[in-house]
Amino acid sequence: MGKRVGMEVAIAAAEAVALCNIDVAAVYPITPQSHIAEHMADIIHDGRIDAEFITVESEHSAISACAGASAAGARAYTATSSQGLMLMHEILPIVSAMRLPICMANANRAVSGPLNIWNDHTDIMPQRDSGWISLFVENGQEAIDLSIMSFKIAEDPEVMLPCVVNIDGFQLTHMIEPLELPSQAEVAKFLPPRKAFAQLHPDNPISMGCFAMPDTYTETVKAKEVALRAAKKVVTKVFGEWAKRFGRKYSVVETYRAKDADTLMLTMGSMGETAATAVDELRKAGRKVGLVKLRLWRPFPVEEFKAAVQGCKTLIVMDRAISTGGAGGPVATDVKSLLYGDKKKPRVLNVIAGLGGRDLTVGDFVAMFDLAKKKKDETFELYGVRE
Amino acid sequence: MAKKKTEQKKWPEKWHELNPGCMVFAAGNAANYKTGSWKSQRPLWDNAKCIKCGICYIFCPEGCIQETQDGFYEANLDYCKGCGICAHECWPGAIVMREEEE
Repeated sequence: MGKRVGMEVAIAAAEAVALCNIDVAAVYPITPQSHIAEHMADIIHDGRIDAEFITVESEHSAISACAGASAAGARAYTATSSQGLMLMHEILPIVSAMRLPICMANANRAVSGPLNIWNDHTDIMPQRDSGWISLFVENGQEAIDLSIMSFKIAEDPEVMLPCVVNIDGFQLTHMIEPLELPSQAEVAKFLPPRKAFAQLHPDNPISMGCFAMPDTYTETVKAKEVALRAAKKVVTKVFGEWAKRFGRKYSVVETYRAKDADTLMLTMGSMGETAATAVDELRKAGRKVGLVKLRLWRPFPVEEFKAAVQGCKTLIVMDRAISTGGAGGPVATDVKSLLYGDKKKPRVLNVIAGLGGRDLTVGDFVAMFDLAKKKKDETFELYGVRE
Repeated sequence: MAKKKTEQKKWPEKWHELNPGCMVFAAGNAANYKTGSWKSQRPLWDNAKCIKCGICYIFCPEGCIQETQDGFYEANLDYCKGCGICAHECWPGAIVMREEEE
């Protein structure tokens, strides 16, 4: 175990990326990501790392500058949140289609309107189908570890896809936690310099981001789908290597007291820790409840998820976003679709909660477990709404 | 400096034959991609009216109009998209657009 220091998580996320030998950071500040942008700029300005900080005029430019840098062979990083991510939206599927391993931190925040700067997952959900690897962290240490691992995952020759690390805004980004940063030497051993599959260079002209007519586009979609799905194996491999070198174990789907549980709750991101405390309280009272945490959102870890929920009677799926006018929250919609064909499947109760920064206490999670006992149908529940 | 340079296939048939990211490793091969199949009309020149001013050549957005040996103009129909700008700009009225079906 290395030395732990008290540090704000956003600062720590920037410090972690500074250990990753990046070449380019193109970041536009936005609450609650701003401390990442500012600290990254400080690190590069102070000459602590040999990288270029591009002061872009918008997030659309930030991701575009990263795309150009990555196409030229650079290790490129950006970070954003909410409206910034929405402005990047147009470029995100282009980056994945071009197989550019850009890494990004997203400080999850509600999207406008009404304007709200606080935490939920409504910003990342519209990017769900953009072909990016999407990871969620539960605390500050995970933000450090996954920020470093994201480069290794994204740049793996079997993957070559961009990766977004979701760090809940404020709930995580602005917390000061006891954190351990690995040494530069350790990270250098874990993460060698990027070896680009191909790069733009005047001496050796190639084309990237080509045009595809109706006779080719379907094939490109299939290639991207297969590549993203295959990335799960590499994510697991990199998690394994991290555990060996740094001692902290990660899985694409994690469980807590889930083995004999008849009711499970599925969470993503920072909610996991509060939900775990609720599980402990209910277990003390003799209730057979447990927790399943989805760390990898895309590609969806279908097999691991099904193994984790096997045997439970009720599955409460927590969403911090809603598909307005649709079937409910995006996580629950996915889960229901994936379980649809299975003969033995749990009853799925979708609880949408914690929107726009509304706090969820241990008591709220206990109330959700109670709700699952009472509620008979499978319609989604907008938890805590004042009727 | 690409380490693993994949041979560029002339035309990828199956999805796994595409290069990663649809990268194209041979420069200048756009010429092999015949885009003229889009057109629904083609330009026809009446050389009796043509004064060899070359305005069609200048305005063609595809750059597919060429001067012939005797100074008249013709379109390379492999790339002509049938936009009709040449016919619109031809002030002596020497170019008409003819439906492909005709």
